[in-house]
Amino acid sequence: MQNFFQLLQLPQQFNIDLTKLETNYRAIQSASHPDRYVTASHAEKLAAIQTATTANEGYKTLKNPALRAAYLLSLQGITAIAETNTAMPADFLMQQMEWREAIETAENAKDISALDNLLGNIRAESKNLQHLLSEQFGQHQLSDATDSTRKLIFMEKVQADIRDVIEELEG
Amino acid sequence: MALLQISEPGQSPAPHQHKLAVGIDLGTTNSLVATVRSGMATVLQDAHGHALLPSVVRYLPDGQVAVGHNAQAQQNQDPTNTIVSVKRFMGRALEDITDRAHIPYKFVNNTQVAIETRAGIKNPIEISAEILRALKERAEKALGSDLVGAVITVPAYFDDAQRQATKDAAKLAGLHVLRLLNEPTAAAVAYGLDNAAEGTYAIYDLGGGTFDISILRLTKGVFEVLSTSGDAALGGDDFDHRIYCWVLDQIRQSSKSFVPLNEADTRLLLTKARQAKEWLTDNHEAQIVCKLSTGQLVDVTLDVTQFNELTQTLVNKTLAPTRKALRDAGLEVTDIKGVVLVGGATRMPHVRHAVADYFQQEPLTNLDPDKVVALGAAIQANALVGNKRDEDLLLLDVTPLSLGIETMGGLTEKIIPRNSTLPVARAQEFTTYKDGQTAMSFHVVQGERELVADNRSLARFDLRGIPPMAAGAARIRITFQVDADGLLSVSAREQTSGVEAHVMVKPSYGLNEAEIAHMLSSSYNAATTDKQARALAEAQVDANALIGAIQAALTADGHLLNDAEKHQINAKIAALQASIHAASSDAIRADTEALNRSTEAFAARRMDASVKRALAGKNLDSIEL
Repeated sequence: MQNFFQLLQLPQQFNIDLTKLETNYRAIQSASHPDRYVTASHAEKLAAIQTATTANEGYKTLKNPALRAAYLLSLQGITAIAETNTAMPADFLMQQMEWREAIETAENAKDISALDNLLGNIRAESKNLQHLLSEQFGQHQLSDATDSTRKLIFMEKVQADIRDVIEELEG
Repeated sequence: MALLQISEPGQSPAPHQHKLAVGIDLGTTNSLVATVRSGMATVLQDAHGHALLPSVVRYLPDGQVAVGHNAQAQQNQDPTNTIVSVKRFMGRALEDITDRAHIPYKFVNNTQVAIETRAGIKNPIEISAEILRALKERAEKALGSDLVGAVITVPAYFDDAQRQATKDAAKLAGLHVLRLLNEPTAAAVAYGLDNAAEGTYAIYDLGGGTFDISILRLTKGVFEVLSTSGDAALGGDDFDHRIYCWVLDQIRQSSKSFVPLNEADTRLLLTKARQAKEWLTDNHEAQIVCKLSTGQLVDVTLDVTQFNELTQTLVNKTLAPTRKALRDAGLEVTDIKGVVLVGGATRMPHVRHAVADYFQQEPLTNLDPDKVVALGAAIQANALVGNKRDEDLLLLDVTPLSLGIETMGGLTEKIIPRNSTLPVARAQEFTTYKDGQTAMSFHVVQGERELVADNRSLARFDLRGIPPMAAGAARIRITFQVDADGLLSVSAREQTSGVEAHVMVKPSYGLNEAEIAHMLSSSYNAATTDKQARALAEAQVDANALIGAIQAALTADGHLLNDAEKHQINAKIAALQASIHAASSDAIRADTEALNRSTEAFAARRMDASVKRALAGKNLDSIEL
């Protein structure tokens, strides 16, 4: 069984060529999408849906930096988010609490632009963290990379929550 | 130069045989059928030159069924037997139809929507099947032959129950569904191919009863849906309804003795309201004049300003999903290169203004908003049956709503998030909460809300025979798979024992296989022997097609198999060839299935080879650049 990097013909590393990811993903889809096999035999339809589904999953995983980092770690046998391992550095916990408070304040004040700003700030923080992650993976500092990956995943979650609140406010 | 080939008179070379496939836009207000002829997508007209078939079905006193203009013409006289806008009831429970007090039908007191007519109790699937049957007949008459299949469009925001209901209606009408295609995606195909468009586009589709907004990226024939959102119960009908309520208010204010309307008057005023709305597209005011069955004369005038005020909240209701779709795609308004308008309701000037305002650009209207969906569906149908080996046309669509499972406390655990590219599969593990628990009930839901009660219930099923274990020790893996039609199947498997349960999600408000089979047999009125003969003929055709396909695959890619594997497949082919001439369709089906299974590994290897070729081709392209 090929892993997602092999399937999409990309080097197994954190920094990847996103254009190549997209080109290769589309090449695989154009060969395997179920639309190409509407009149084919049952066995061929099955092979098509399996390949197309895997390609979608692989593309989605490698395109998103947090998922890509977690996937890279999983290939090394490391689970970034394990129930037994949720410890976070104190400063990051503080940061998270500040974000949560800011969300709550903006939510109560129905201040969508404050939420938009917060979203922008977290996105910028996330970019910085991705640079750090690429160094950590580059130097094979897997323990540090695991910490960064977990932070990145939490930041994704906070961003998703902000988007949900905005949606709720826009009702 | 190569010599041109000419075939013998009366014989057309098989590979170029044109297969008849159509695209059908099954709309709330109007329906259309289109096909690709001589490389051009065209809408097929009826004998009177009408392209639009009003989605109106009337059950006549003589037992006949009228569909379209004839039915529409009689709707005011015969409101309880003339069903309009049936699409709004597809896959819905009666309690979902909030304005049912204002609809002139005799709803049967039932959980799923059913309407009492003089032809008996009819459900929305049967009524929709009448519309599809009329379109099928129109197409077969125009094209002079039977159809191989059809692409049927559905609102992108349709949930699983509504999609399944649409597919069931097609089955009932005797149509082979090649694919269910989302309406905005179909519109994008028609628009994009027509204009050689590249870049990110928004498709704003306000139909008779549904609103969809899809954000698509168009690159070299690939139509990639980035996000979709909408409202499955918002459309032109609601604008009519606002006018209707306004007229009622006017009547109440002007007359002291107001008698509640009967069904015919309700339908009459709704029709007048729709006409007034359409009139206001090009005029400043509309006069609504009619005589009610009580003898009361209605004569009121509605001007554009009043109409805009009455309906502004409806227009605004389309903007929240629009913002959501942009946000889900991770884009800003300025990233959108063009906005394509679809659906008759986008003809209303204040809708156009609202769209132009929001997107900061004039929307694109060079395609007929009534026809663009059917044309796109026809192009897709033509590609699916392989008439055009257009390797570049590829549609990557998404699931509009999140799919999940109910967990303790009535909470929804999302398994597949909305806007996941299709096909998609996801698995998640759950466990038991009591010692010795041997069965588990699963409740599959669709929607974005945290509480199960706020989402749509799709199906319930049980997994039994779990070996007794301590609480939390069992590992039950739930797998969700959504296919290219956007339809869900769910399976559950206990990991330590291998106990399995599998359900194709049959929605709570749909039909089960037995009901469809029953309705099919009663509509054909066929004798049992006919059915057997038909089943045998179908099994033989399918078997021959499969043998042909596998022999072609063996010729092309036989090198992927060793001699023993080839021998095994050839033996299964021989067995099937022998049973084709026997008289039992069951035996042919069994041998067909066996042959299919024996080629699964071969099919997987061919798929791998085909993917490798595609990747190599792309890399060659980039070297050349």
